[in-house]
Amino acid sequence: MARNQHHVTIKGRRDGLVFVLDDRCPFSDLLGELEFKLEKSHNKLLTGPLMHVHVQLGKRQITEAEREALHNMINRRNLVVQKIESDVAEPDPHSTHKVLTGIVRSGQVLRHVGNLIFIGDVNPGGTIQASGDIYVLGALRGVAHAGDAGRRESVIAASYMKPTQLRIADVISRPPEEWGTSDTAMMFAYLEGERMEVEKIVHLPRHRPNAVEIYKGE
Amino acid sequence: MRPLGEAIVITSGKGGVGKTTSSANIGTALALLGKKVCMVDTDIGLRNLDVVMGLENRIIYDLVDVVEERCRLEQALVKDKRFDELYLLPAAQTKDKHAVEPEDVKKIVDMLKKRYDYVIIDCPAGIEQGFRNAVAGADQAIVVTTPEYAAVRDADRIIGLLAKEGIHTPKLVINRTRINMMKSGDMLDIDEICQVLAIDLLGIVPDDEYVIKAANAGEPTVMNPSSKAAIAYRNIARRILGDSVPLMAMEEKGGILSKVKKLFGIG
Repeated sequence: MARNQHHVTIKGRRDGLVFVLDDRCPFSDLLGELEFKLEKSHNKLLTGPLMHVHVQLGKRQITEAEREALHNMINRRNLVVQKIESDVAEPDPHSTHKVLTGIVRSGQVLRHVGNLIFIGDVNPGGTIQASGDIYVLGALRGVAHAGDAGRRESVIAASYMKPTQLRIADVISRPPEEWGTSDTAMMFAYLEGERMEVEKIVHLPRHRPNAVEIYKGE
Repeated sequence: MRPLGEAIVITSGKGGVGKTTSSANIGTALALLGKKVCMVDTDIGLRNLDVVMGLENRIIYDLVDVVEERCRLEQALVKDKRFDELYLLPAAQTKDKHAVEPEDVKKIVDMLKKRYDYVIIDCPAGIEQGFRNAVAGADQAIVVTTPEYAAVRDADRIIGLLAKEGIHTPKLVINRTRINMMKSGDMLDIDEICQVLAIDLLGIVPDDEYVIKAANAGEPTVMNPSSKAAIAYRNIARRILGDSVPLMAMEEKGGILSKVKKLFGIG
């Protein structure tokens, strides 16, 4: 443990302990330092009555796996993690996916800020619109507009891709006849420069590696 | 006290797909099956249910007269020539749809439901005031479409609007189907329509020249059992009553029929 030990600050409060974790270092450094402090320098904390721990992450956003790692690290003996929180008031809406089901019928506009997974059909005359990605688990027969606030890396995917029109950011495309007619594969649309391309969904990670977390196999 | 009747609005969004024809025939077919039926024409300013029923010359008062209290509801009801338990509440021809409010229509429909088994409401084309008037008192809806993209598009729009008005399970009638055109791919097929609209199919009415003849003669098509459309409407009426009637074979072998059966889960 030769690295700088100033990423984790431990404070006492009436209702327990507050762990303030620096938000500008790699997450692994935090775990290392936490381990060092709990095992070595502050090991007194591990003896004594039950203590609630409130973890403050600053502006850092963590994944579920990292959250679990924190939990496992701190939850030992008498320490109990009560809360792990970031003080970012508004998390990036494009880091999560909203799931909705139903039918978007002619004349209806389903609008969402963030990424959208829609389970159901979008009928001709209906519009589905999101500031992020759009995944339609069903037939897309109407209009889909992804990245409607200008996010050009957005994609539109559909189990049955037969849209009236596709829009990504400010690029509008009228799909050619051959799309989604013969193949049963789920397709997705993305921008390649100014041009809209449509590919089988398996190629999503190749073109948009950051769209969702990639499964890399066991 | 008798149980409350059911109010069914016949609607389509698009004009000219056969709302009024369907209203007249479904209403008459229900009367034919022994039900007490009142038809309400809500197409104010463009009434024609009375013409199709051949009752135009018997009209004294109309819906707007009832709303504006120039007469009692009973006075405005026109009894059918053929059935004792079939009545029509005609629309006004001289006013427009803004002459009444949805609450007015609802009040009238609620009163009619106390006296009739079925209140069949003929809705005007469009999605504005006239539509809201027609839907206000309805418990259930029948959406009429034809096998054309424009009609299906509008039907879809209407289904969405019906849900907003609280009618979540409308039934579908596909009017003016031509089996040979569907087979050749020149007309949308039943499967395709049902897939897009995703509501229960109540019936398929074949295109039949007799319908035009009958409408001009002021005689509902259902009165003539040799017409294919008449049989289709009679079957629709029976399905409304809850009978399970298989969809009419529109061609000799399997094909569409078996597909439709599959949709119903009876194939």
